[in-house]
Amino acid sequence: MTSSWTITASANPPRAAFLDYPLGHTAGRPHELSEQIDIATAALSLIADATEPGQIVPLPHRWPSEWKTKARELSDKRTERFDTPQYERSADELAVTSA
Amino acid sequence: MPLQPPADLDVVDHIQQTRDSYAQLGYDSYRWAEEPEPSAFVRPTKALSESKVALIASGGVYQVGQVAFHHKDDTTFRRIPTNAPVSELRTSHFAYDMTNARVDPNVVFPIDALRSMVDAGTIASLTPHALTFMGGIYSQRRLNEELIPAMTEALVAMEPDIVLLVPV
Repeated sequence: MTSSWTITASANPPRAAFLDYPLGHTAGRPHELSEQIDIATAALSLIADATEPGQIVPLPHRWPSEWKTKARELSDKRTERFDTPQYERSADELAVTSA
Repeated sequence: MPLQPPADLDVVDHIQQTRDSYAQLGYDSYRWAEEPEPSAFVRPTKALSESKVALIASGGVYQVGQVAFHHKDDTTFRRIPTNAPVSELRTSHFAYDMTNARVDPNVVFPIDALRSMVDAGTIASLTPHALTFMGGIYSQRRLNEELIPAMTEALVAMEPDIVLLVPV
């Protein structure tokens, strides 16, 4: 699966299904299980259907609102990086300590 | 020459966008991985409905109880049981907007979809674990020398027929 055509074309996997969604949603929209199943099914169908290496097949799904203008803005959206484990919730760190 | 997208798709070119952003900010240019030849293309020997699928995802997913990823070239991976409740899944990453992945981890780790496909008979089964890592790794050397061999060994031990890679 991929939501970045150019990165995938550069990395050159055997086969890929391209979903034209904002980054962070490679497998579909949140809580849309039916859509997520469609996307996973399309990706796995390439195993049998792809005829030559390096194919990238675009999926028909479209994000419901315009998003590309902002995605194309020149900016650095990365958050600051730390070399210690970064937990989503503080309770997660306690769960490891007590495990 | 990398495969070009259909013009009418008007894809966001993340490589160009990152290059332009970094240049504007005065950063050094990032050297994206370039593979002139596709990696091994293996034709299936069994139908999808007879196949065992392994999920690998790079969005920094971990299960409550596991150590989260750090963000300075963390070359470790996690084994997520494929029967894990989605409510126990978390994300840890620095290079994508995790808002929706934290609402529904399935958007970067489609485990509910894969489990549904097993129930429907579309695929035969999943491997006992999915493998996850934090894909924001800048050292291609460390990726190739540390993460890839370790994850490959774990993957091969589970004997999947198909591997589904979900990047972010």
